[in-house]
Amino acid sequence: MLDVPTVAESSLPGRAEGEPLRTSHLQRLEAESIHILRETAAEFRKPVMLYSIGKDSSVLLHLAMKAFHPGKPPFPLLHVDTTWKFREMIEFRDRRARELGLDLIVHTNNDGLSQGIDPFRHGSARYTDVMKTQALRQALDLHGFDAAIGGARRDEEKSRAKERIFSHRSAAHRWDPKNQRPELWSLYNTLLAPGESMRVFPLSNWTELDIWDYILVENIPIVPLYLSAPRPVVERDGALIMVDDERMPLRPDEEPRMRSVRFRTLGCYPLTGATTSDAATLPEIVREMMASRTSERQGRMIDRDSPASMERKKAEGYF
Amino acid sequence: MSYHEAPSIAALDAPRLDQDDRPTLRFVTCGSVDDGKSTLVGRLLYDSKTLFDDQLDALASESKTAGTTGGDLDFALLVDGLQAEREQGITIDVAYRFFATKLRRFIVADTPGHAQYTRNMATGASNADLAVVLVDARKGVITQTRRHSHILSLLGIRHVVLAVNKMDLIGFDGDRFAAITAEYLTLAGQLGISQVQCIPVVAPDGDNIVAASTRMPWYTGPTVTAYLESVDVAGDVSQRPFRLPVQWVNRPHADFRGFCGRIASGAIATGETVTVQPSGLRTRVARILTPGGERDRAAAGESVTLTLADEIDVSRGDVLTAGSAPLVSDQLAAHLVWFDDEAMVAGRRYLLKCGTASTGAVVATLKHSIAIDTMAQESAATLDVNQIGYVHLNLDRPLVFETYRDDRDMGSFILVDPISHRTAAAGMIDLSLRRATNIHWQRGAVDKSMRARLKQQRPCVLWFTGLSGAGKSTIADLVDRRLAELGRHAALLDGDNLRHGINRDLGFSNAERMENVRRVAEIAALFVDAGMIALAALISPFRSERELARQRLEAGEFIEIHVATPLAECERRDPKGLYRKARAGELPAFTGIDQPYEAPQAPEITIDTSELSSEAACERIIGYLREHHYL
Repeated sequence: MLDVPTVAESSLPGRAEGEPLRTSHLQRLEAESIHILRETAAEFRKPVMLYSIGKDSSVLLHLAMKAFHPGKPPFPLLHVDTTWKFREMIEFRDRRARELGLDLIVHTNNDGLSQGIDPFRHGSARYTDVMKTQALRQALDLHGFDAAIGGARRDEEKSRAKERIFSHRSAAHRWDPKNQRPELWSLYNTLLAPGESMRVFPLSNWTELDIWDYILVENIPIVPLYLSAPRPVVERDGALIMVDDERMPLRPDEEPRMRSVRFRTLGCYPLTGATTSDAATLPEIVREMMASRTSERQGRMIDRDSPASMERKKAEGYF
Repeated sequence: MSYHEAPSIAALDAPRLDQDDRPTLRFVTCGSVDDGKSTLVGRLLYDSKTLFDDQLDALASESKTAGTTGGDLDFALLVDGLQAEREQGITIDVAYRFFATKLRRFIVADTPGHAQYTRNMATGASNADLAVVLVDARKGVITQTRRHSHILSLLGIRHVVLAVNKMDLIGFDGDRFAAITAEYLTLAGQLGISQVQCIPVVAPDGDNIVAASTRMPWYTGPTVTAYLESVDVAGDVSQRPFRLPVQWVNRPHADFRGFCGRIASGAIATGETVTVQPSGLRTRVARILTPGGERDRAAAGESVTLTLADEIDVSRGDVLTAGSAPLVSDQLAAHLVWFDDEAMVAGRRYLLKCGTASTGAVVATLKHSIAIDTMAQESAATLDVNQIGYVHLNLDRPLVFETYRDDRDMGSFILVDPISHRTAAAGMIDLSLRRATNIHWQRGAVDKSMRARLKQQRPCVLWFTGLSGAGKSTIADLVDRRLAELGRHAALLDGDNLRHGINRDLGFSNAERMENVRRVAEIAALFVDAGMIALAALISPFRSERELARQRLEAGEFIEIHVATPLAECERRDPKGLYRKARAGELPAFTGIDQPYEAPQAPEITIDTSELSSEAACERIIGYLREHHYL
């Protein structure tokens, strides 16, 4: 944002004692995200917020609650459930939706389920395509959503860095990276032809550290898996995989061991690597982040197929 | 009042929050192909220690396989994200990168250098405080440099770092650097770019990027990083009058009506008087809700929700203002950077978005185009992709704005093609062509509501849309007769009949179809003003045009009726023999055959005459009018 003056903490009049200490940097990000959320609500016929239960989704939901306060967000939450999420994630999801009184839609690709697609036997690429990408497309078509709000950030990955805030999708849900609409100032071209849709990314300009800072400052509830605790894990292909239920086939040499681990990103447990850590509180996580020498996507198995794998998946409709 | 519970301050990690007060500088990089932009940005990321170990490992392995540097670290690979780019070794879209130093955070928009991608550069520049312009030391200031600098100046960039790259390839020649600097300063002076810092660099080796180069002792100025950390780009929109473009009206229950938006300029406090533009209604601010809770004051850049002391009409696209009045006009002059492959043609209609307002707009005249290399004004009939022009625009309704010089948020707009939906142009408002006082509508002593009361009906437009032969005119005619029987006052506007009269001059090109719809909408609106029920029956194939017709009226006055008879059925009936002719190729651009029909997404009424007789359709429409108290 050009020319938006920084509202210095000390010069904020009217801030009552005990109100949270808020930095100008986070305030600016917050103001921009709220602006994007309100534009989405105003410009689309039937928007939906994709809720993946992770830290970014938690921030997104928090921002949506603020954007429409004292009302509720004028759109439902959609969770694409692969049936392989960590159990703690599902508990957290249902509890948050109940606490906030929000409409939660859970969609699973039943075709994939009846075919018995699982991440162990079918490999991460096929599994991700069927249970995540196809499932998301099914859910969007089923409900006729014309805008899907997601928590992706530009700092996550190289092809994400080129994504627009309002990112156009064809009627077949395809992203055409070479033919994106130019996006200038805070003006968003939201026009759609029948069947087309928009993906909207209010957190585009946030970094991973911003997310954690904001969670800390705003005291936003997150899934406890982000905090370190003793958990049963096996080491497989260089990653620490948590044995979250009995469906995980163990190899002959594998014996789950209790180790103090936490997760930097959350997804399907068989595809999400843990990191060894003793950071059991939010401030400890932020300190650990500051000193970190690896990126958060390192724990994700699905980006490793090839350097362009994310771009290809996104073109096919993956979030 | 705020949604979240305040966390205890003691729980926070105090040293971290101190560091967080670092301001953010947004800058854009531009230059020609192979000048080394991506390499420079990659080098900034690398030297700022922003990269993680796994990213460095990936860089090392990709440099060996995909790099263009013979196995050395190829920093451009950090930035060139899309597969096609890596294959071609070029950047084809804007990439946003984040890094931070001890003093500042940075968001970099890395933009491509080819001529055909000028729009991406304008995109990156639209949100930037500063630009880093790269030139190849061997080539100096070239046409692309002029072009990019011109766009930068149009987009209001006043601070430029000229990075003269590849100094190693000219033997670190200080005289050559001085000559390039002099040439660029002349250019910048012509363009009104007031602050220029020229720095000699070797991007792949890092000379003068973070650390001062030992190979160019004659250069004593700052390094790129040192300059970016210290340059003062602060504008002062907080000192300007208060402007809040209304984004969203928040009505969760009957006791709360809040107006949401991000404050474009100035500040506001509870109890202060605000004027709603363009209506001119005045009231006071009752409450200010911010993301951090309720406050008694808020300033530019904040996303807020205001409640007002009086129940007055405010909707999305209106602007809450205080202090001096903003510009309000339906005619303005602006610079356009044309993006679309389809050339701009004077007289064509586009959808204009400015702030939170949308309105139909016609380019009334193209005053001149600007030759990018020489900055000379040239007369022109059209603007092609990547051309810049100065135009006069006529808008369908008054817009609230400022000049781009004064306010980037309130002075910028985009034009969207109503058919392809492509973003056709970016615009920077130069001046208002009519004073607001001249265009306040003539309000007669007898107003619409009085006329409506006399007629004992709520005036509205019944807009019948659908394919040729769907049954629009037949049903509209029945409804007209039925209303007459009921003693109501209606007027029938039939698309075909109007083409014999007021629309006689129009053909069937997209532009002429849009003009046809616009005229019918205007006539229908006049009938509504006269307290009548207007029945408009015309194919009106484009959704955006029907939306403009809807916007021409007040809420509840536009009733869209989709006569949704399937194409096959229309073609089977073919009452005028038009489908036969179209299939024979005698009627080009016939809707449903070789021109798309964009069905309404949420029409008030849908009628399929293959399932419903015309009489039953008529009764359904009369029923709707009764149910919604039009009759």
